[in-house]
Amino acid sequence: MANYRSLRDLDWVLLFITLALCSLGILQIYSATLGSVWKDAWWKQVIYVAAGFVALWLMTQIDYHSLLGQVPVFYLLTVATLGATFAVGKQVFGSRRWIPLAGGFHLQVSEFGKLVIILLVARYLSELKREHLETRDLLKLAGLVGLPMVMVMRQPDLGTALTYLPVLGMGVFLGGLRWQHVVAISVIVLILLPFGWYALKDYQKARLSTFIDPGKDPRGSGYQVIQSTIAVGQGGIWGRGVTKGSQTQLRFLPVPHTDFIFSSFAEEHGFVGVVVVLGLYFLLLMQIVQNAQAAPDRAGMYICMGVATVLLFHILVNVGMVIGRMPVTGIPLPFMSAGGSNTLSMFMMLGLVNNVRLRRFIS
Amino acid sequence: MTHLPLEPDDGRQILSAEPVLRDDTKFASGKIAFFQYLSVGVFLFLLSGFWSLQVQNQQEYSELAERNSIKSYPVLAPRGKILDREGRVIVDNHSSFSLLLSRENLKWEHLKPIAEGLNLDYADLVARVERFKSRPSYEPIIIKEELTPEDLAFVEAHRDPNTFPEMELLHAQRRLYPRDGLAAHVIGYVGEISETELNSPEFAKYDQGDIIGKAGIERQYNEHLMGIDGRRQVLVDNRGRERKVLGMKEAVPGKNLQLTLDLDLQVVAELAMEGRRGAVVALDPRNGEVLAMVSRPAFDPNKFTSRISSKDWKDILANPDNPLLNRAIQAQLAPGSTFKPIMALAGLESGNVDETTRVFCPGGATFYGRYFKCWKKGGHGAVDLHRALVHSCDVFFYHLGNRMGIDTIAGYAEMVGFGKKTGIDLPQEKEGLVPSSRWKMRTFRQKWYAGETISVAIGQGALTVTPIQLAYAIGGIAAGGFWHRPHLVKSQTGSERPRKADLHVENINNVIYGMWGVVNEGGTGAVARLVGFDVCGKTGTAQLASNEYLKGAGKGREMVDNAWFVGFAPRQSPEIVVVALFEAGGHGDLAAPIVRDVIKAYYDKKYRRNAQAQTVAQRTPGAPLLTRPDGALPPVKPLERVEVAGFGGGREP
Repeated sequence: MANYRSLRDLDWVLLFITLALCSLGILQIYSATLGSVWKDAWWKQVIYVAAGFVALWLMTQIDYHSLLGQVPVFYLLTVATLGATFAVGKQVFGSRRWIPLAGGFHLQVSEFGKLVIILLVARYLSELKREHLETRDLLKLAGLVGLPMVMVMRQPDLGTALTYLPVLGMGVFLGGLRWQHVVAISVIVLILLPFGWYALKDYQKARLSTFIDPGKDPRGSGYQVIQSTIAVGQGGIWGRGVTKGSQTQLRFLPVPHTDFIFSSFAEEHGFVGVVVVLGLYFLLLMQIVQNAQAAPDRAGMYICMGVATVLLFHILVNVGMVIGRMPVTGIPLPFMSAGGSNTLSMFMMLGLVNNVRLRRFIS
Repeated sequence: MTHLPLEPDDGRQILSAEPVLRDDTKFASGKIAFFQYLSVGVFLFLLSGFWSLQVQNQQEYSELAERNSIKSYPVLAPRGKILDREGRVIVDNHSSFSLLLSRENLKWEHLKPIAEGLNLDYADLVARVERFKSRPSYEPIIIKEELTPEDLAFVEAHRDPNTFPEMELLHAQRRLYPRDGLAAHVIGYVGEISETELNSPEFAKYDQGDIIGKAGIERQYNEHLMGIDGRRQVLVDNRGRERKVLGMKEAVPGKNLQLTLDLDLQVVAELAMEGRRGAVVALDPRNGEVLAMVSRPAFDPNKFTSRISSKDWKDILANPDNPLLNRAIQAQLAPGSTFKPIMALAGLESGNVDETTRVFCPGGATFYGRYFKCWKKGGHGAVDLHRALVHSCDVFFYHLGNRMGIDTIAGYAEMVGFGKKTGIDLPQEKEGLVPSSRWKMRTFRQKWYAGETISVAIGQGALTVTPIQLAYAIGGIAAGGFWHRPHLVKSQTGSERPRKADLHVENINNVIYGMWGVVNEGGTGAVARLVGFDVCGKTGTAQLASNEYLKGAGKGREMVDNAWFVGFAPRQSPEIVVVALFEAGGHGDLAAPIVRDVIKAYYDKKYRRNAQAQTVAQRTPGAPLLTRPDGALPPVKPLERVEVAGFGGGREP
């Protein structure tokens, strides 16, 4: 059994693309935090990336079928720790997302929840083995995904909670959604939409309304979007150069090393840099999709597609936000934004993809 | 469950509808392809956004970024200093901070705590912000000048982004004027250019917010004194902190201006007028230099340098004595008996009188059916021209005036400079009035009545002069018929030639002899006598010229006579002529001590300087100099040398 789990069989193209993205991210974190209170963020990110590769390798070591077998345990653990964040969580910017760990680190449970959701959806759907989903299955799965999602929303962390939804969506789409279901879901969503508006927090409403018209409150909630588009725009074709972007360096750009790192990157590296990075992300996605196509069974395919979906959703929402085409939701850009939990969970997702890949020749 | 993942294409299997128990992945390949297309769509959507921002509209966003981070601040140029004739500083500048209120991110609820923190009136502040509403909001407005250390501490402690980020400090050089209104009317004051001034051609070259001279020398020589503001372009971060200076255009400071004023004389004259209403003018008749010019009551020009508070402004406007009026050049009053030397000169020159002419003064005389009194009840008895001047006999001059007629009088009055501006380098000088038959016809469409001439002959009636005109006129006569335009700025003179009149020297000498007698022969101006100096002068006690026209107005205080004295010294080629006007001062001999003090101060200084110059010359080489090499005195505390004159005497016996 040990032969086909050699390092040679890892998806090296995928790893090199990831390494390239992480390197560009670290460079940008360095540039964006130069002379600020976060100036140490870049080498912390180096450590996170290194830890990420280790985590990736560890994730390949246990057969993903065994992991799928433990999904109920993972799921209950996640729900329990999410519940714990309300009790012992560290409050930052008005929301409780972090559980303090030893050594001054904090764990964002909801990030790792993505992994569990991917595994959950993969196991549930692969066990059905039918052409189409029944309404009963659909409701059960939606309920299972909905519980942690609502908990994350209550932290409140709308952005991360929303990342669970596309995994579910892509899963049921692949699992065989009936068109009747599509119609029914659409109708329900349309009816619930106005009620959803009331459920939103004030700042979330403000973000949505400024997304529609950022000029409405240029000093308030529209500030981030306006400053971000200015930063991107002034980058031009070739960019202003590393550490030369005035929006970034003079701190007009909010959090230029985490959520708005791509804005800062676009200012300093221009359209050319943007094309390169988006190209790398696209290649990364296609590499994951290729692994999905080559997966030995449905479960493996669901896992890879879940990872691809999470990644695509992150890119769409984060990069879209940077150019003002998506509302500000505060979800990071995978492999580039500074942050331990997100980097680790993303690497672990790539670990799952490699896990599937290493086992593609057996069944 | 035997299944080979890399089995060649078996699409048939998918089509054969086996509903359950499948674990291949082929069934999803179409849906995975859909995901791939979706990804392509997402990336194209994102790329198109970057294309539009970075390639199509890069210019626009670069400008926005620049507007974010590049700020341009004025560097205010200091105005030139104003110096006295010896180079002593009269008007200086001092460093001060002003508080700017940036209105781009102004929160109205911040105004109240800001007003409280800076001791500003909240209503005033709101009104000011309201007034600037029409101006573009990126222009900050000044809300307080001359910040105190406490104000600065407040600003520094509260200008962070979380408290009151709309506060900005501006460093400026502000005017520092002498205290107690010393020379306030000569110097004038500065202030922010007003809307109406901006629209007038005089100030067309200035911009909104410029500080310009509003009155006096500050206005007359504004262009000389005003520097050219510089500009500083800086890179600021999101908190408005300066990161880097991008460009700097240095301010060009204004040039200094040396006046002809002598601070020592000015101080003496100021102290003599303390608490009174009136004016003092001291001229050098040899060249027209103004040595001292005082107008009282005065104002504090320092109150104008910062934004004058509405209360202070109302106080000044409500003061019935009108402190803003420069009485030395703007008070138009009947000269009274100080007109008699001019009458005497006119009589002599026109041949209507000579040394031998004698008139009997019984204490009054009747002309054209009206009885005109002499000021001395019992009369002067028989008087000639000299005695008439010395004792200021009205009856003599009634007769003289009657003989000359109004138009001859007017001709000579105009010759000495009455009825038109002297041309002193100060704004808004008044010209006074010389009545004549033509003037009356033009103004009232009436014939001149010979009876009216009698009042004019003793400096009453419609005749009005300003103190500067009187000093100019008498100075010119004393100098032998040469009138130098009075001026306050030294460098302006040089080439200008005096106005000259063809007068007979013996006539001038006769008039001067009379004025000498006024002081030195027990005449009406005996108080002005200085032993050892030939002080000449003439008293004047004048009713308000307007009395005849304002009869019945009944302003009690204004009915009190004005006291005049004009004096010069020495008798031969005089060096200084001084006019003192003491409004509502009663008799003219009350003004005489003021003139005497100024002349005394002039001589004190002159002789002390000569003595000192000698000691400097005798000094052993290398010994430290106590005085400046040019022989000028170091500033001396004026009080030490001022004799406060006693004002015990009432009316002349």
